[in-house]
Amino acid sequence: MRAKSTNIVEVLKRLVQLLLVVIGATFLLSLLLRLLPVGLKELYVTGLFEEDRQRQIKELGLDRNAFSYYIHWLWDFVRGDFGPIVLPGGGGESVASHVGRALPKTLQLVFYTQIFALAVAIPLGIFSAYRAGRRTDRFVSYGLFTAASIPNFVLGLLLALIIGVKLEWLPPLGYVPISESFVDHVRSMILPVLALGIPLIASYTRLLRTDVIATLREDFVTMAVAKGLSDRRILFTHVLRPSSVTLLTSAALNMGALIGGSLVIERVFSIPGLGTEIGLAIFGRQYFALQAYVALVAIGYVIFNSVIDVFVGLIDPRTRERRNA
Amino acid sequence: MNSVLSIKNLEVGFDTPRGLLQAVRGVDVEMPAGSSMGIVGESGSGKTVMCRAAMGLLRGSNVRRSGSVVFDGDEIGALDSADVRQYFGTGMAMIFQDPMTALNPVRRIGSQLAESLVIRLGMDKKAARTRAAELLALVRIPDPEATLRKFPGQLSGGMRQRVVIATAIACKPKLLFADEPTTALDVTVQAQILELLSDLRRDLDMSMMLVTHDLGVVANHTDYVTVLYAGLVVEQAPTKKLFTSMKMPYTEALLKSIPRLDQPSGGRMPMIGGRLPDPTNPEPGCPFAPRCPYVQDKCRSEVPPLTTAADGHVYRCFFPIGGNG
Repeated sequence: MRAKSTNIVEVLKRLVQLLLVVIGATFLLSLLLRLLPVGLKELYVTGLFEEDRQRQIKELGLDRNAFSYYIHWLWDFVRGDFGPIVLPGGGGESVASHVGRALPKTLQLVFYTQIFALAVAIPLGIFSAYRAGRRTDRFVSYGLFTAASIPNFVLGLLLALIIGVKLEWLPPLGYVPISESFVDHVRSMILPVLALGIPLIASYTRLLRTDVIATLREDFVTMAVAKGLSDRRILFTHVLRPSSVTLLTSAALNMGALIGGSLVIERVFSIPGLGTEIGLAIFGRQYFALQAYVALVAIGYVIFNSVIDVFVGLIDPRTRERRNA
Repeated sequence: MNSVLSIKNLEVGFDTPRGLLQAVRGVDVEMPAGSSMGIVGESGSGKTVMCRAAMGLLRGSNVRRSGSVVFDGDEIGALDSADVRQYFGTGMAMIFQDPMTALNPVRRIGSQLAESLVIRLGMDKKAARTRAAELLALVRIPDPEATLRKFPGQLSGGMRQRVVIATAIACKPKLLFADEPTTALDVTVQAQILELLSDLRRDLDMSMMLVTHDLGVVANHTDYVTVLYAGLVVEQAPTKKLFTSMKMPYTEALLKSIPRLDQPSGGRMPMIGGRLPDPTNPEPGCPFAPRCPYVQDKCRSEVPPLTTAADGHVYRCFFPIGGNG
């Protein structure tokens, strides 16, 4: 009974946190819009006739003060109206339709990258901790260190050039949706996921290796050995779980960096995702669109972090006790 | 005589930055089947290292081990960690000093206990769970069913040590190593745990090697005693004989340093002055010579050999209490 009510409180706390982060991020951004060296009116309002100009100013909400403008924007945003991509002379496409097309592609890229990076880093981290100080461990460490020191867009270009253009094993650029062809979808995602994921593998492996080495010194591991369990079973059922809190927390915090990284990688591989849209919005001075994108990224970031927090509590009861204490 | 454990000339050292640390320097122990043997000595005398080395639990590239360990007729001293594993749980088991760290904090008691039964005895999961509850009842834990679902963090130290004992005896081992099983517990709980161990040993027909620094515990719960000092056996005898005709000045000093209720309070606690010799750089002569009240010139230049008296009492002293023989 008591446990249930604390769960509800926990969820409510999370929701309040989500609201505060989103409101904070978007309100700051809408204030920044007012501080731009180029006035929004000069930027977006065109036309020879005063009537025309007044109509555009009203449409864009530029006649309101900053606070009232923000409230209106928030109300629209909550209802799914993310504002316009402004075209000269007024009108223009809705940002929502762009988001609808771009967001799934970015989510796929980020999601595949996390899965790939964790799937490689977990066995690798455990293995190099198990063999800590031996030749195989040093080999893995140096290899990952080298891989991590290459910026992901250079890695992306190299992969596209070697595997895509020279060897012609995989398409060097382009995006194929699942609905069109599953095999081609996977083939089109492999190179961008590698480019984004390899530097991540390096940091994930190091984090896990450190924690596993610490866990291996615990008495309960010696006790598991004394029970007659195999090393593999001990590593995966006794050691991995208590060692993975730092790794998961870091995976959650990396979401922001991953979305930023995907901005570049999407351009390298011509994937029309959110990163591409954000880039276009920045260079095309589409500040209304940018405001919507930033809000979406902030929401995604907070949701993902909350999910990981709950997950960490599930795999390690000690963190739950600490939080409740 | 039918021995469950026979250790011959066991030496254990660790490579350290300061040189080789000799923790155990040639120990012989013979344990008749069904007996219980106390291993006594102060902290750093090599008790725990000897036990872990005998069971084959010491692993790592810095461990140097030699000598013969025969368990139940099989030579296991030279086996590598994968081969010695077949004896764990069913043949030999160990209880650890600190119940706070000996259980995996992120797994429920039930899964940790049933695991040995499933993996070592091949029971199916349901039967293992039933048996796990029986084992908890056997170590006198109230409400075994509820305890199975708990995490170690939800139990007290005494209860956790009972769980550790239940895990150790789960596969009915022939020999139980109890490494200071009560040191980390409250005095009232200590007595209960020792009673429990003695009862289990009788009911399950187990041999037990009880490591302790408390001669009082040895007097009540063992058949034989081995006294270790600086990695050497210094006295070995049936428990009754040891307490009636002590040969070693060191054993006498240990006995004198137990606080007694029947002596007037307020006086100084008797203790052994000085400390153990440096294990990386042993000096010539008897290792106890610098602290011995009966020391003579000969003791400082030569290590006394182990002497076996006509009645089987073994000691390592040139000038034993009560004379030679």
